[in-house]
Amino acid sequence: MTSHTDTTTPGAAAAAPGAGSMLALNNVEVIYDDVILVLRGLSLSVPEGKIVALLGSNGAGKSTTLKAVSGLLPSEHGEVTDGSVTFQGRDITRVDAAERVKLGMSLCMEGRHVFEHLTIAENLTAGAYTQKGSDEDLDLVYSYFPKLADMRSRVAGYLSGGEQQMLAIGRALMARPKLLMLDEPSLGLAPLLVQEIFGYIKRLNEERGLTVLVIEQNARRALEVADHGYIMEQGRIVLEGPARDLAENPDVKEFYLGLGEEGSRKSYRDVKHYKRRKRWL
Amino acid sequence: MSNFINQLAYGLADGSILALAALGFVLIYKATGVINFAQGEFLLVGAYMFYTAFVVLQLPLVLAVVFGVVVATIIGVLVERLILRPMVGENPISIIMVTIGLSMFMKAVVQAFYGTTPKSQPAILPRSSVEFLGATIPLNRLLAIVIAAVVLTAFTIFFRRSRHGVAMRAVADDQQAAMTMGISVRRIFAMAWALAAVSALIAGVLLGDISAVDQNIAAFGLMVFPVVILGGLDSVPGTIVGGLTIGLLHQFTAAYWDAGLAGVVPYIALVLILLVRPYGIFGETRIERV
Repeated sequence: MTSHTDTTTPGAAAAAPGAGSMLALNNVEVIYDDVILVLRGLSLSVPEGKIVALLGSNGAGKSTTLKAVSGLLPSEHGEVTDGSVTFQGRDITRVDAAERVKLGMSLCMEGRHVFEHLTIAENLTAGAYTQKGSDEDLDLVYSYFPKLADMRSRVAGYLSGGEQQMLAIGRALMARPKLLMLDEPSLGLAPLLVQEIFGYIKRLNEERGLTVLVIEQNARRALEVADHGYIMEQGRIVLEGPARDLAENPDVKEFYLGLGEEGSRKSYRDVKHYKRRKRWL
Repeated sequence: MSNFINQLAYGLADGSILALAALGFVLIYKATGVINFAQGEFLLVGAYMFYTAFVVLQLPLVLAVVFGVVVATIIGVLVERLILRPMVGENPISIIMVTIGLSMFMKAVVQAFYGTTPKSQPAILPRSSVEFLGATIPLNRLLAIVIAAVVLTAFTIFFRRSRHGVAMRAVADDQQAAMTMGISVRRIFAMAWALAAVSALIAGVLLGDISAVDQNIAAFGLMVFPVVILGGLDSVPGTIVGGLTIGLLHQFTAAYWDAGLAGVVPYIALVLILLVRPYGIFGETRIERV
Protein backbone atom coordinates (compact mmCIF):
# COMPACT_ATOMS: atom_id res chain seq x y z
CA MET A 1 0.00 0.00 0.00
CA THR A 2 2.81 2.38 0.72
CA SER A 3 5.12 1.68 -2.19
CA HIS A 4 4.78 1.62 -5.93
CA THR A 5 4.22 -1.83 -7.27
CA ASP A 6 3.00 -0.80 -10.69
CA THR A 7 5.04 -0.62 -13.81
CA THR A 8 5.30 3.15 -14.12
CA THR A 9 8.52 4.92 -13.38
CA PRO A 10 8.96 5.56 -9.68
CA GLY A 11 9.53 9.19 -8.77
CA ALA A 12 13.05 10.40 -8.29
CA ALA A 13 11.90 11.79 -4.98
CA ALA A 14 11.00 8.35 -3.75
CA ALA A 15 14.61 7.28 -4.07
CA ALA A 16 16.10 10.31 -2.34
CA PRO A 17 13.47 12.40 -0.57
CA GLY A 18 13.98 16.11 -0.88
CA ALA A 19 17.30 15.88 -2.65
CA GLY A 20 17.62 18.82 -5.02
CA SER A 21 13.92 19.55 -4.95
CA MET A 22 12.02 22.30 -3.26
CA LEU A 23 9.11 20.14 -2.24
CA ALA A 24 8.99 16.39 -1.87
CA LEU A 25 6.20 14.09 -0.83
CA ASN A 26 7.35 10.68 0.16
CA ASN A 27 4.84 7.83 0.35
CA VAL A 28 2.22 10.11 1.83
CA GLU A 29 -0.93 8.48 3.09
CA VAL A 30 -3.93 10.64 4.04
CA ILE A 31 -6.99 9.48 5.89
CA TYR A 32 -10.11 11.58 6.49
CA ASP A 33 -12.32 11.03 9.54
CA ASP A 34 -10.11 8.08 10.55
CA VAL A 35 -11.68 5.87 7.89
CA ILE A 36 -11.57 7.34 4.40
CA LEU A 37 -8.27 6.58 2.72
CA VAL A 38 -7.66 9.27 0.12
CA LEU A 39 -3.93 9.27 -0.62
CA ARG A 40 -2.31 5.88 -0.80
CA GLY A 41 1.43 6.21 -0.69
CA LEU A 42 1.84 9.23 -2.92
CA SER A 43 5.29 10.43 -3.87
CA LEU A 44 6.16 13.42 -5.95
CA SER A 45 8.79 16.08 -6.08
CA VAL A 46 8.82 19.66 -7.25
CA PRO A 47 12.26 20.90 -8.37
CA GLU A 48 13.21 24.47 -7.60
CA GLY A 49 12.31 26.99 -10.29
CA LYS A 50 10.09 24.59 -12.22
CA ILE A 51 6.40 24.39 -12.92
CA VAL A 52 4.95 21.01 -12.03
CA ALA A 53 1.44 20.01 -13.05
CA LEU A 54 -0.59 17.49 -11.10
CA LEU A 55 -3.33 16.08 -13.28
CA GLY A 56 -6.09 13.60 -12.75
CA SER A 57 -9.80 13.11 -12.85
CA ASN A 58 -12.28 14.16 -10.18
CA GLY A 59 -11.76 12.54 -6.82
CA ALA A 60 -8.25 11.35 -7.62
CA GLY A 61 -6.96 13.18 -4.55
CA LYS A 62 -5.32 16.19 -6.19
CA SER A 63 -6.78 18.79 -3.83
CA THR A 64 -6.07 16.54 -0.86
CA THR A 65 -2.44 16.43 -1.96
CA LEU A 66 -2.22 20.23 -1.90
CA LYS A 67 -3.98 20.36 1.45
CA ALA A 68 -1.51 17.85 2.85
CA VAL A 69 1.31 20.04 1.59
CA SER A 70 -0.14 23.27 2.97
CA GLY A 71 -1.27 21.80 6.29
CA LEU A 72 -5.00 22.36 5.86
CA LEU A 73 -6.02 18.76 6.54
CA PRO A 74 -6.67 19.13 10.29
CA SER A 75 -9.41 21.69 9.59
CA GLU A 76 -11.20 19.03 7.54
CA HIS A 77 -10.65 16.13 9.94
CA GLY A 78 -7.95 14.74 7.69
CA GLU A 79 -4.54 13.51 8.71
CA VAL A 80 -1.26 12.46 7.16
CA THR A 81 -0.99 8.97 8.63
CA ASP A 82 2.14 7.79 6.88
CA GLY A 83 5.01 9.15 4.85
CA SER A 84 6.51 12.61 4.95
CA VAL A 85 6.39 16.02 3.34
CA THR A 86 9.67 17.89 3.06
CA PHE A 87 10.10 21.49 2.01
CA GLN A 88 13.63 22.66 1.19
CA GLY A 89 14.99 19.63 2.95
CA ARG A 90 13.02 20.20 6.13
CA ASP A 91 10.38 17.72 7.29
CA ILE A 92 7.15 19.71 7.60
CA THR A 93 4.69 16.82 7.90
CA ARG A 94 3.53 17.98 11.34
CA VAL A 95 4.14 21.71 10.97
CA ASP A 96 1.18 24.03 11.50
CA ALA A 97 -0.41 25.66 8.41
CA ALA A 98 0.49 29.22 9.42
CA GLU A 99 4.11 28.22 9.96
CA ARG A 100 4.31 26.70 6.48
CA VAL A 101 3.28 30.01 4.93
CA LYS A 102 6.15 31.66 6.79
CA LEU A 103 8.52 29.03 5.40
CA GLY A 104 7.56 30.17 1.91
CA MET A 105 4.66 28.22 0.51
CA SER A 106 1.35 29.73 -0.58
CA LEU A 107 -1.78 27.99 -1.72
CA CYS A 108 -4.47 29.43 -3.98
CA MET A 109 -7.48 27.36 -3.11
CA GLU A 110 -9.89 25.90 -5.58
CA GLY A 111 -12.76 28.28 -6.26
CA ARG A 112 -10.57 31.33 -5.58
CA HIS A 113 -11.81 31.99 -2.03
CA VAL A 114 -11.20 35.73 -2.05
CA PHE A 115 -12.38 37.56 1.07
CA GLU A 116 -15.66 38.70 -0.42
CA HIS A 117 -16.48 41.52 1.96
CA LEU A 118 -12.99 42.99 1.93
CA THR A 119 -11.68 45.34 -0.73
CA ILE A 120 -8.92 44.32 -3.12
CA ALA A 121 -6.39 46.30 -1.10
CA GLU A 122 -7.54 44.65 2.13
CA ASN A 123 -7.38 41.21 0.54
CA LEU A 124 -3.77 41.92 -0.34
CA THR A 125 -3.05 43.20 3.17
CA ALA A 126 -4.46 39.96 4.55
CA GLY A 127 -2.21 38.07 2.13
CA ALA A 128 0.81 39.87 3.53
CA TYR A 129 -0.08 38.86 7.09
CA THR A 130 3.16 36.94 7.62
CA GLN A 131 5.26 39.72 6.10
CA LYS A 132 4.16 42.61 8.30
CA GLY A 133 3.09 44.39 5.12
CA SER A 134 5.45 45.98 2.67
CA ASP A 135 4.71 48.38 -0.16
CA GLU A 136 7.22 46.71 -2.46
CA ASP A 137 5.17 43.54 -2.55
CA LEU A 138 2.06 45.55 -3.18
CA ASP A 139 3.72 47.37 -6.08
CA LEU A 140 4.90 44.07 -7.47
CA VAL A 141 1.42 42.57 -7.41
CA TYR A 142 -0.08 45.69 -8.95
CA SER A 143 2.60 45.66 -11.67
CA TYR A 144 1.66 42.11 -12.60
CA PHE A 145 -2.05 42.76 -12.34
CA PRO A 146 -2.58 46.42 -13.25
CA LYS A 147 -6.31 45.76 -13.40
CA LEU A 148 -6.30 45.18 -9.64
CA ALA A 149 -4.53 48.48 -9.03
CA ASP A 150 -7.29 50.37 -10.80
CA MET A 151 -9.94 48.75 -8.63
CA ARG A 152 -8.10 48.57 -5.33
CA SER A 153 -10.94 49.93 -3.22
CA ARG A 154 -13.61 47.73 -4.80
CA VAL A 155 -15.17 44.96 -2.72
CA ALA A 156 -13.76 41.64 -3.89
CA GLY A 157 -17.08 39.79 -3.85
CA TYR A 158 -18.33 41.77 -6.81
CA LEU A 159 -15.34 41.15 -9.08
CA SER A 160 -15.63 38.87 -12.07
CA GLY A 161 -14.27 35.34 -11.89
CA GLY A 162 -11.10 36.20 -13.78
CA GLU A 163 -10.44 39.25 -11.61
CA GLN A 164 -11.01 37.17 -8.49
CA GLN A 165 -8.51 34.60 -9.71
CA MET A 166 -5.95 37.35 -10.33
CA LEU A 167 -6.63 38.66 -6.85
CA ALA A 168 -6.25 35.19 -5.37
CA ILE A 169 -2.86 34.79 -7.06
CA GLY A 170 -1.81 38.33 -6.14
CA ARG A 171 -2.85 37.73 -2.54
CA ALA A 172 -0.80 34.54 -2.44
CA LEU A 173 2.21 36.44 -3.82
CA MET A 174 1.97 38.94 -0.95
CA ALA A 175 3.27 36.23 1.39
CA ARG A 176 6.49 36.14 -0.69
CA PRO A 177 6.25 32.46 -1.50
CA LYS A 178 9.08 30.38 -2.87
CA LEU A 179 6.54 27.76 -3.86
CA LEU A 180 3.14 28.75 -5.22
CA MET A 181 0.47 26.08 -5.28
CA LEU A 182 -2.60 26.59 -7.42
CA ASP A 183 -5.68 24.43 -7.16
CA GLU A 184 -7.53 24.59 -10.47
CA PRO A 185 -6.89 28.21 -11.43
CA SER A 186 -8.95 27.72 -14.59
CA LEU A 187 -12.11 26.69 -12.72
CA GLY A 188 -15.15 28.37 -14.23
CA LEU A 189 -13.18 30.75 -16.42
CA ALA A 190 -13.62 31.44 -20.12
CA PRO A 191 -10.88 29.93 -22.36
CA LEU A 192 -9.34 33.30 -23.08
CA LEU A 193 -9.08 34.07 -19.37
CA VAL A 194 -7.61 30.65 -18.69
CA GLN A 195 -4.92 31.48 -21.20
CA GLU A 196 -4.32 34.83 -19.49
CA ILE A 197 -4.05 33.25 -16.04
CA PHE A 198 -1.61 30.62 -17.25
CA GLY A 199 0.34 33.38 -18.96
CA TYR A 200 0.75 35.07 -15.56
CA ILE A 201 1.87 31.80 -13.98
CA LYS A 202 4.47 31.31 -16.69
CA ARG A 203 5.70 34.89 -16.35
CA LEU A 204 5.99 34.62 -12.57
CA ASN A 205 7.97 31.44 -13.02
CA GLU A 206 10.31 32.88 -15.64
CA GLU A 207 10.77 36.39 -14.28
CA ARG A 208 10.71 35.75 -10.54
CA GLY A 209 12.00 32.19 -10.46
CA LEU A 210 8.86 31.15 -8.63
CA THR A 211 8.40 27.41 -8.23
CA VAL A 212 4.85 26.35 -9.07
CA LEU A 213 2.78 23.28 -8.35
CA VAL A 214 -0.49 23.45 -10.23
CA ILE A 215 -3.51 21.17 -10.21
CA GLU A 216 -5.59 21.16 -13.32
CA GLN A 217 -8.53 19.52 -14.99
CA ASN A 218 -7.52 21.36 -18.12
CA ALA A 219 -4.65 18.96 -18.80
CA ARG A 220 -3.80 20.38 -22.20
CA ARG A 221 -3.28 23.90 -20.91
CA ALA A 222 -1.37 22.74 -17.85
CA LEU A 223 1.02 20.55 -19.84
CA GLU A 224 1.72 23.49 -22.15
CA VAL A 225 3.19 25.63 -19.37
CA ALA A 226 4.55 22.92 -17.08
CA ASP A 227 8.04 21.47 -17.09
CA HIS A 228 7.03 18.25 -15.45
CA GLY A 229 3.77 16.44 -14.96
CA TYR A 230 2.27 13.86 -12.63
CA ILE A 231 -0.91 11.97 -13.24
CA MET A 232 -2.98 10.75 -10.32
CA GLU A 233 -5.61 8.10 -10.08
CA GLN A 234 -7.29 6.92 -6.90
CA GLY A 235 -4.86 8.48 -4.50
CA ARG A 236 -1.56 7.59 -6.11
CA ILE A 237 0.71 8.69 -8.91
CA VAL A 238 0.25 6.46 -11.93
CA LEU A 239 2.37 8.26 -14.48
CA GLU A 240 4.96 10.96 -14.48
CA GLY A 241 7.42 12.56 -16.80
CA PRO A 242 8.49 15.72 -18.55
CA ALA A 243 5.38 17.62 -19.60
CA ARG A 244 6.24 17.30 -23.28
CA ASP A 245 6.50 13.52 -23.06
CA LEU A 246 3.26 13.27 -21.16
CA ALA A 247 1.47 15.33 -23.77
CA GLU A 248 2.68 12.83 -26.39
CA ASN A 249 1.84 9.74 -24.35
CA PRO A 250 -0.99 7.85 -26.10
CA ASP A 251 -2.75 7.00 -22.82
CA VAL A 252 -2.63 10.58 -21.63
CA LYS A 253 -3.87 11.74 -25.01
CA GLU A 254 -6.78 9.41 -24.89
CA PHE A 255 -7.80 9.71 -21.25
CA TYR A 256 -6.96 13.31 -20.40
CA LEU A 257 -6.61 15.27 -23.60
CA GLY A 258 -9.63 13.74 -25.30
CA LEU A 259 -7.65 12.76 -28.40
CA GLY A 260 -7.85 9.43 -30.17
CA GLU A 261 -4.79 7.35 -30.97
CA GLU A 262 -4.30 9.00 -34.29
CA GLY A 263 -4.54 12.44 -32.70
CA SER A 264 -8.04 13.29 -33.86
CA ARG A 265 -10.62 14.52 -31.41
CA LYS A 266 -12.89 11.80 -30.12
CA SER A 267 -16.43 11.99 -31.20
CA TYR A 268 -19.11 11.79 -28.54
CA ARG A 269 -20.73 9.09 -30.67
CA ASP A 270 -17.97 6.69 -29.70
CA VAL A 271 -18.23 7.29 -26.01
CA LYS A 272 -20.95 4.71 -25.53
CA HIS A 273 -18.79 1.98 -26.93
CA TYR A 274 -15.83 3.05 -24.97
CA LYS A 275 -14.33 -0.13 -23.63
CA ARG A 276 -10.60 0.37 -23.35
CA ARG A 277 -9.55 0.43 -19.70
CA LYS A 278 -6.84 2.54 -18.26
CA ARG A 279 -4.09 -0.04 -18.16
CA TRP A 280 -2.55 1.09 -14.92
CA LEU A 281 -5.62 0.40 -12.83
CA MET B 1 -37.41 71.87 25.38
CA SER B 2 -34.73 71.83 28.06
CA ASN B 3 -36.12 68.57 29.35
CA PHE B 4 -35.98 67.12 25.87
CA ILE B 5 -32.31 68.02 25.47
CA ASN B 6 -31.59 66.55 28.85
CA GLN B 7 -33.30 63.29 27.93
CA LEU B 8 -31.46 63.31 24.63
CA ALA B 9 -28.10 63.53 26.39
CA TYR B 10 -29.04 60.73 28.79
CA GLY B 11 -30.28 58.56 25.96
CA LEU B 12 -27.20 59.15 23.84
CA ALA B 13 -24.92 58.38 26.79
CA ASP B 14 -26.71 55.09 27.47
CA GLY B 15 -26.79 54.42 23.76
CA SER B 16 -23.09 54.91 23.20
CA ILE B 17 -22.27 52.64 26.13
CA LEU B 18 -24.65 50.08 24.68
CA ALA B 19 -22.89 50.41 21.35
CA LEU B 20 -19.60 49.58 23.06
CA ALA B 21 -21.11 46.55 24.74
CA ALA B 22 -22.66 45.44 21.48
CA LEU B 23 -19.35 45.90 19.68
CA GLY B 24 -17.89 43.11 21.79
CA PHE B 25 -20.83 40.90 20.96
CA VAL B 26 -20.48 41.60 17.23
CA LEU B 27 -16.72 40.98 17.33
CA ILE B 28 -17.22 37.52 18.74
CA TYR B 29 -20.08 36.68 16.44
CA LYS B 30 -18.30 37.94 13.35
CA ALA B 31 -14.96 36.27 13.96
CA THR B 32 -16.00 33.03 15.61
CA GLY B 33 -19.71 32.60 14.83
CA VAL B 34 -20.55 32.29 18.52
CA ILE B 35 -23.62 34.07 19.92
CA ASN B 36 -22.39 35.18 23.30
CA PHE B 37 -25.19 35.40 25.84
CA ALA B 38 -22.67 36.30 28.52
CA GLN B 39 -21.87 39.73 27.06
CA GLY B 40 -23.79 41.50 29.85
CA GLU B 41 -21.78 39.58 32.44
CA PHE B 42 -18.57 40.67 30.75
CA LEU B 43 -19.70 44.24 31.47
CA LEU B 44 -20.43 43.26 35.05
CA VAL B 45 -17.09 41.54 35.58
CA GLY B 46 -15.31 44.45 33.89
CA ALA B 47 -16.95 47.00 36.18
CA TYR B 48 -16.09 44.94 39.28
CA MET B 49 -12.51 44.35 38.14
CA PHE B 50 -12.07 48.09 37.81
CA TYR B 51 -13.75 48.61 41.18
CA THR B 52 -11.33 46.12 42.73
CA ALA B 53 -8.32 47.91 41.31
CA PHE B 54 -9.52 51.45 41.91
CA VAL B 55 -11.27 51.16 45.28
CA VAL B 56 -10.08 47.96 46.95
CA LEU B 57 -6.47 48.05 45.81
CA GLN B 58 -6.41 51.88 45.78
CA LEU B 59 -4.53 52.01 42.48
CA PRO B 60 -4.31 55.34 40.66
CA LEU B 61 -6.90 55.77 37.90
CA VAL B 62 -4.57 55.04 34.98
CA LEU B 63 -3.14 51.93 36.63
CA ALA B 64 -6.63 50.78 37.53
CA VAL B 65 -7.67 51.06 33.89
CA VAL B 66 -4.56 49.15 32.79
CA PHE B 67 -5.25 46.49 35.44
CA GLY B 68 -8.82 46.17 34.21
CA VAL B 69 -7.74 45.86 30.57
CA VAL B 70 -5.13 43.22 31.40
CA VAL B 71 -7.54 41.17 33.51
CA ALA B 72 -10.29 41.49 30.90
CA THR B 73 -7.89 40.32 28.19
CA ILE B 74 -6.87 37.31 30.28
CA ILE B 75 -10.49 36.42 31.04
CA GLY B 76 -11.42 36.74 27.37
CA VAL B 77 -8.57 34.51 26.23
CA LEU B 78 -9.23 31.94 28.97
CA VAL B 79 -12.94 31.76 28.17
CA GLU B 80 -12.12 31.15 24.52
CA ARG B 81 -9.41 28.61 25.24
CA LEU B 82 -11.11 26.62 28.00
CA ILE B 83 -14.81 26.91 27.20
CA LEU B 84 -15.41 27.77 23.57
CA ARG B 85 -12.58 26.00 21.78
CA PRO B 86 -13.65 22.52 22.89
CA MET B 87 -17.08 23.43 21.47
CA VAL B 88 -15.80 24.14 17.95
CA GLY B 89 -17.93 22.26 15.45
CA GLU B 90 -20.72 21.57 17.94
CA ASN B 91 -24.36 22.40 17.39
CA PRO B 92 -24.98 26.19 17.65
CA ILE B 93 -27.70 25.58 20.26
CA SER B 94 -25.18 23.74 22.46
CA ILE B 95 -22.79 26.65 22.12
CA ILE B 96 -25.54 29.11 23.06
CA MET B 97 -26.36 27.00 26.12
CA VAL B 98 -22.69 27.05 27.08
CA THR B 99 -22.58 30.86 26.92
CA ILE B 100 -25.78 31.07 28.98
CA GLY B 101 -24.14 28.81 31.53
CA LEU B 102 -21.06 31.02 31.41
CA SER B 103 -23.21 34.10 32.08
CA MET B 104 -24.73 32.48 35.18
CA PHE B 105 -21.32 31.37 36.36
CA MET B 106 -19.79 34.83 35.94
CA LYS B 107 -22.70 36.48 37.73
CA ALA B 108 -22.48 33.97 40.58
CA VAL B 109 -18.75 34.51 40.99
CA VAL B 110 -19.23 38.27 41.17
CA GLN B 111 -22.01 37.83 43.75
CA ALA B 112 -19.90 35.39 45.77
CA PHE B 113 -16.98 37.78 46.02
CA TYR B 114 -18.70 41.15 46.20
CA GLY B 115 -22.23 40.44 47.43
CA THR B 116 -25.34 41.90 45.86
CA THR B 117 -25.33 45.36 47.39
CA PRO B 118 -24.25 48.23 45.13
CA LYS B 119 -20.66 49.33 45.60
CA SER B 120 -19.86 52.97 45.94
CA GLN B 121 -17.03 54.11 43.79
CA PRO B 122 -15.57 57.61 43.72
CA ALA B 123 -16.56 59.49 40.59
CA ILE B 124 -14.10 59.20 37.76
CA LEU B 125 -15.78 61.58 35.37
CA PRO B 126 -16.49 65.09 36.71
CA ARG B 127 -19.89 65.44 38.35
CA SER B 128 -20.40 69.06 37.31
CA SER B 129 -22.83 70.02 34.60
CA VAL B 130 -22.95 72.29 31.61
CA GLU B 131 -25.69 74.61 30.40
CA PHE B 132 -26.82 73.96 26.86
CA LEU B 133 -29.89 75.57 25.26
CA GLY B 134 -31.33 76.14 28.69
CA ALA B 135 -30.83 72.53 29.75
CA THR B 136 -28.49 71.41 32.50
CA ILE B 137 -26.56 68.44 31.22
CA PRO B 138 -24.30 66.44 33.52
CA LEU B 139 -20.76 66.55 32.21
CA ASN B 140 -20.14 62.87 32.96
CA ARG B 141 -22.80 61.83 30.45
CA LEU B 142 -21.24 63.98 27.77
CA LEU B 143 -17.79 62.60 28.54
CA ALA B 144 -19.15 59.06 28.45
CA ILE B 145 -20.41 59.75 24.94
CA VAL B 146 -17.01 61.16 23.95
CA ILE B 147 -15.08 58.22 25.42
CA ALA B 148 -17.38 55.69 23.78
CA ALA B 149 -17.02 57.53 20.46
CA VAL B 150 -13.24 57.55 20.74
CA VAL B 151 -13.09 53.84 21.57
CA LEU B 152 -15.48 52.95 18.76
CA THR B 153 -13.46 55.03 16.30
CA ALA B 154 -10.27 53.36 17.46
CA PHE B 155 -11.82 49.94 16.88
CA THR B 156 -13.06 50.96 13.44
CA ILE B 157 -9.59 52.18 12.45
CA PHE B 158 -8.12 48.98 13.83
CA PHE B 159 -10.37 46.91 11.58
CA ARG B 160 -9.72 49.02 8.49
CA ARG B 161 -6.03 49.72 8.76
CA SER B 162 -4.14 47.35 10.99
CA ARG B 163 -2.81 44.03 9.83
CA HIS B 164 -4.46 42.17 12.70
CA GLY B 165 -7.76 43.93 12.20
CA VAL B 166 -7.87 43.05 8.52
CA ALA B 167 -6.84 39.50 9.42
CA MET B 168 -9.79 39.28 11.83
CA ARG B 169 -12.19 40.33 9.10
CA ALA B 170 -10.53 37.89 6.73
CA VAL B 171 -11.14 35.06 9.21
CA ALA B 172 -14.75 36.17 9.56
CA ASP B 173 -15.09 36.00 5.77
CA ASP B 174 -13.37 32.72 4.97
CA GLN B 175 -11.53 30.75 7.64
CA GLN B 176 -9.80 28.29 5.38
CA ALA B 177 -8.58 30.93 2.95
CA ALA B 178 -7.30 32.92 5.93
CA MET B 179 -5.32 29.86 7.02
CA THR B 180 -3.64 29.72 3.62
CA MET B 181 -2.43 33.28 4.26
CA GLY B 182 -0.64 32.12 7.37
CA ILE B 183 -3.26 33.66 9.65
CA SER B 184 -3.65 31.61 12.81
CA VAL B 185 -7.39 31.20 13.26
CA ARG B 186 -6.96 30.21 16.91
CA ARG B 187 -5.05 33.37 17.65
CA ILE B 188 -7.71 35.45 15.91
CA PHE B 189 -10.44 33.76 17.98
CA ALA B 190 -8.53 34.50 21.17
CA MET B 191 -8.03 38.08 20.00
CA ALA B 192 -11.76 38.49 19.30
CA TRP B 193 -12.66 37.37 22.81
CA ALA B 194 -9.98 39.53 24.36
CA LEU B 195 -11.11 42.63 22.45
CA ALA B 196 -14.73 41.90 23.30
CA ALA B 197 -13.83 41.64 26.96
CA VAL B 198 -11.93 44.93 26.81
CA SER B 199 -14.77 46.79 25.08
CA ALA B 200 -17.15 45.31 27.66
CA LEU B 201 -14.83 46.47 30.44
CA ILE B 202 -14.86 50.04 29.13
CA ALA B 203 -18.64 49.94 28.79
CA GLY B 204 -18.95 48.47 32.29
CA VAL B 205 -16.70 51.10 33.85
CA LEU B 206 -18.54 53.97 32.14
CA LEU B 207 -21.87 52.54 33.18
CA GLY B 208 -20.65 52.00 36.73
CA ASP B 209 -19.54 55.58 36.87
CA ILE B 210 -22.70 57.22 35.57
CA SER B 211 -25.02 54.90 37.51
CA ALA B 212 -23.68 52.47 40.09
CA VAL B 213 -21.48 49.41 40.36
CA ASP B 214 -24.11 46.75 40.95
CA GLN B 215 -25.87 43.75 39.43
CA ASN B 216 -28.01 45.95 37.18
CA ILE B 217 -25.02 46.30 34.86
CA ALA B 218 -25.62 42.77 33.62
CA ALA B 219 -29.29 43.54 32.96
CA PHE B 220 -28.27 46.64 31.03
CA GLY B 221 -25.84 44.45 29.09
CA LEU B 222 -28.70 42.21 28.04
CA MET B 223 -29.97 45.12 25.96
CA VAL B 224 -27.18 44.35 23.48
CA PHE B 225 -29.63 41.90 21.92
CA PRO B 226 -32.09 44.48 20.64
CA VAL B 227 -29.08 46.57 19.62
CA VAL B 228 -27.39 43.90 17.53
CA ILE B 229 -30.66 42.65 16.07
CA LEU B 230 -31.40 46.21 14.99
CA GLY B 231 -27.91 46.90 13.69
CA GLY B 232 -27.26 43.49 12.19
CA LEU B 233 -25.36 40.79 14.04
CA ASP B 234 -22.18 41.28 12.09
CA SER B 235 -21.96 45.00 11.48
CA VAL B 236 -19.76 47.39 13.44
CA PRO B 237 -21.46 50.58 12.15
CA GLY B 238 -24.74 48.79 12.90
CA THR B 239 -23.85 48.56 16.59
CA ILE B 240 -23.40 52.33 16.75
CA VAL B 241 -26.71 53.15 15.08
CA GLY B 242 -28.44 50.32 16.95
CA GLY B 243 -26.94 51.34 20.27
CA LEU B 244 -27.93 54.99 19.94
CA THR B 245 -31.43 54.10 18.72
CA ILE B 246 -32.13 51.69 21.54
CA GLY B 247 -30.56 54.07 24.08
CA LEU B 248 -32.78 56.94 22.97
CA LEU B 249 -35.86 54.74 22.70
CA HIS B 250 -35.32 53.50 26.24
CA GLN B 251 -34.74 56.99 27.62
CA PHE B 252 -37.62 58.72 25.85
CA THR B 253 -40.07 55.98 26.78
CA ALA B 254 -39.05 56.36 30.41
CA ALA B 255 -39.33 60.15 30.30
CA TYR B 256 -42.47 60.70 28.28
CA TRP B 257 -44.48 57.55 28.65
CA ASP B 258 -43.86 55.14 31.45
CA ALA B 259 -40.69 54.20 33.35
CA GLY B 260 -41.79 50.57 33.67
CA LEU B 261 -42.50 50.28 29.99
CA ALA B 262 -39.02 51.58 29.17
CA GLY B 263 -37.48 48.28 30.18
CA VAL B 264 -39.69 46.39 27.74
CA VAL B 265 -39.67 48.71 24.76
CA PRO B 266 -36.25 47.64 23.43
CA TYR B 267 -37.46 44.05 23.29
CA ILE B 268 -40.69 45.06 21.57
CA ALA B 269 -38.48 46.81 19.03
CA LEU B 270 -36.46 43.61 18.72
CA VAL B 271 -39.54 41.59 17.81
CA LEU B 272 -40.72 44.20 15.30
CA ILE B 273 -37.30 44.36 13.63
CA LEU B 274 -37.15 40.59 13.36
CA LEU B 275 -40.52 40.68 11.61
CA VAL B 276 -39.54 43.35 9.12
CA ARG B 277 -35.80 43.02 8.56
CA PRO B 278 -34.40 39.81 10.03
CA TYR B 279 -30.77 40.55 9.16
CA GLY B 280 -30.86 44.01 10.73
CA ILE B 281 -30.38 47.40 9.16
CA PHE B 282 -26.69 46.98 8.43
CA GLY B 283 -26.50 43.21 8.45
CA GLU B 284 -24.15 41.84 5.86
CA THR B 285 -26.12 40.65 2.88
CA ARG B 286 -24.56 37.68 1.22
CA ILE B 287 -22.70 38.73 -1.88
CA GLU B 288 -23.93 36.78 -4.84
CA ARG B 289 -22.69 37.39 -8.31
CA VAL B 290 -25.24 36.70 -11.00
